[in-house]
Amino acid sequence: MNSWLEHLPILPVVIPLLAGAGMLLFAEPRRTARTFIALGAALANLAVAVALIVVADGGIPDIWPEGVAVYLLGGWQAPFGIVLVVDRLSAVMLLLTAVLALASLVYSLARWKRMGPHFQSLFQFLIMGVNGAFLTGDLFNLFVFVEVLLAASYGLMLHGLGTQRVKAGLHYIAINLAGSLVFLIGVSLIYGASGTLNMAHLAARVPALPEGDRILFEAGAAILGVAFLVKAAAWPLNFWLPSAYGAAAPPMGAVFSILSKVGIYALLRLGALLSGSSATGAPVPFNDGWLFGIGMVTLALGTAGMLAARQPQGLAGYCVIISSGTLLAALGLGGDGMKGAAVFYLGSSVLATGAFFMLSEMIERTQRFGDNIPDEMNDSAGLDELPDPSRPDEVVGIVLPAAMAFLGLSFVSCALLVTGLPPLSGFVGKFMILSAALAVPEVETVPLSVWALWAAILGSGLVGVIALSRMGMRLFWRSDEIVTPQLHLTEAAPVAGLLLLSIALTAGAGPVTDYLALAEKSLALPQTYIDAVLATDLLSPTAGRVKGTER
Amino acid sequence: MEIVYALAIGVLTGSGVWLLLRPRTFQVIIGLSLLSYAINLFIFGMGRLTIGVAPIITTLEPDPSLFDDPVPQALVLTAIVIGFATTALFLVVLLASRGLTGTDHVDGKDEDEDEDEGEEPRA
Repeated sequence: MNSWLEHLPILPVVIPLLAGAGMLLFAEPRRTARTFIALGAALANLAVAVALIVVADGGIPDIWPEGVAVYLLGGWQAPFGIVLVVDRLSAVMLLLTAVLALASLVYSLARWKRMGPHFQSLFQFLIMGVNGAFLTGDLFNLFVFVEVLLAASYGLMLHGLGTQRVKAGLHYIAINLAGSLVFLIGVSLIYGASGTLNMAHLAARVPALPEGDRILFEAGAAILGVAFLVKAAAWPLNFWLPSAYGAAAPPMGAVFSILSKVGIYALLRLGALLSGSSATGAPVPFNDGWLFGIGMVTLALGTAGMLAARQPQGLAGYCVIISSGTLLAALGLGGDGMKGAAVFYLGSSVLATGAFFMLSEMIERTQRFGDNIPDEMNDSAGLDELPDPSRPDEVVGIVLPAAMAFLGLSFVSCALLVTGLPPLSGFVGKFMILSAALAVPEVETVPLSVWALWAAILGSGLVGVIALSRMGMRLFWRSDEIVTPQLHLTEAAPVAGLLLLSIALTAGAGPVTDYLALAEKSLALPQTYIDAVLATDLLSPTAGRVKGTER
Repeated sequence: MEIVYALAIGVLTGSGVWLLLRPRTFQVIIGLSLLSYAINLFIFGMGRLTIGVAPIITTLEPDPSLFDDPVPQALVLTAIVIGFATTALFLVVLLASRGLTGTDHVDGKDEDEDEDEGEEPRA
């Protein structure tokens, strides 16, 4: 039994890979087979993520007593081989990905998957890339997994084609290719200076670097940080995001809302590991000063964009930017309890924006065709809608009664979540960030930056309420022009599920925050992580024998 | 050797960045290709430049100065493959964009072409 459990950390990568490749064996018309494989993989993924949450909490002390699960690929020991590492932070991110993936997949079953070939496979590969990025323990594999998820996202971004999508996709691909090149420069500079790519090994080695190499290392880390900030949609590197996410097919927009969090996760992970690298803490973009300013400007820009957005889906794109800005500013401010609070907010905002993206597409169906669409969108809308064989009029699934009531209620819930109003989990997340910010100073007076963060977060919440209520009034309170759409159960269920999950997150905020506080504690003591990675010996008996003979 | 190598990377990067900032999709893709060549060379250089030594350690207690570093070679190989694939994909999107919008401008419209690109011949 235990020998099988040892392979748990690799499963989030293997399951989507096998599912994505395996469903190619079934011919395209056999949608049922592919659908079953996709759903099975998503459910298995969710089960594994839950199991890893338990593992990271020290649930299997026989194998991983410290709660840091290390998996040596090919049985090679850490600095030489490739490792996958699961600690509490990775486990939480994996669970979030699995939940969002399942919801988007179910949503897409109703009609979006018909819009192009190999949708299901690309979707699985995207999940594989995201999971791998959260799991990997070395920098180059982080690059590889990020490329996997980007390559899949290029395909999904263009899913359904249309002029608008191709135009936005062109920008999205160009900026991400350039970002990947920057990533490579950073990685290779770090390798050239420190001689290692393993994150734990790096953290252990950097404090002992000679002066000349240290400058190179810091430069490499700064360049790497820029690449992460592109992924995290930080100002001024985020102008691609609203048009790309706004033009993508809605279920894709929903999964994409976790893609920008990969950048945040990488900043958080490397920042924590490198915090002991010198007397001044982590190297430049990973430490406090810069992230705070960048985050504040991102937040302001996202807030302004929210006011300007005219389409629900465009609005959702700006919500992603606001969430990134809040996270960067909060992480930049630092302090006790801040990382836990930030991860809680991250989870809540990913669920909310995911639900919002799906909801926005359903809401747009209530508007008469061509209504409410700015001029430049018209041509693409025409291309999108006409060849689609399954307009909601052709009922395939169970049609939901009281569609308008459902849409209205979901919209209000999303608005509450996004703006951080009570009683839903968005409020809990923002409140935790704000109270953690106040806990920062040991001195008597509260520093200006804390007030700035308070003002920015509360201000963006207020502006969000204005923008969303304006949008809601424009969309729902025009009884003469509204078309009551037919919603399938498979479309409504994922949105309802995500929203119910955020209600559960509010009700169960206690246990979740406890878990996240432990996650933060282990981030603050990177030595456990480093020791676990570097000390993990070869697991299988045959590999041990080979090692014995070498000695 | 180092100075020639560094100059080559510099020239490729400079040309790549310039082309990347141009308004035509074809220029952008050539710029990205040049940049990725430059970066592949750069990764290679980060393993220190050596001549005539193998990246395979043959003795039990090796002297590192007698061997080349195999890791950057593996990294370059991966980077080439990934770069090639994504560039090919970008090329397809470029063609799709050309077909759908009727122009090869990166924004899909040619309105401001006359101010920016007056001298260049139109496609």
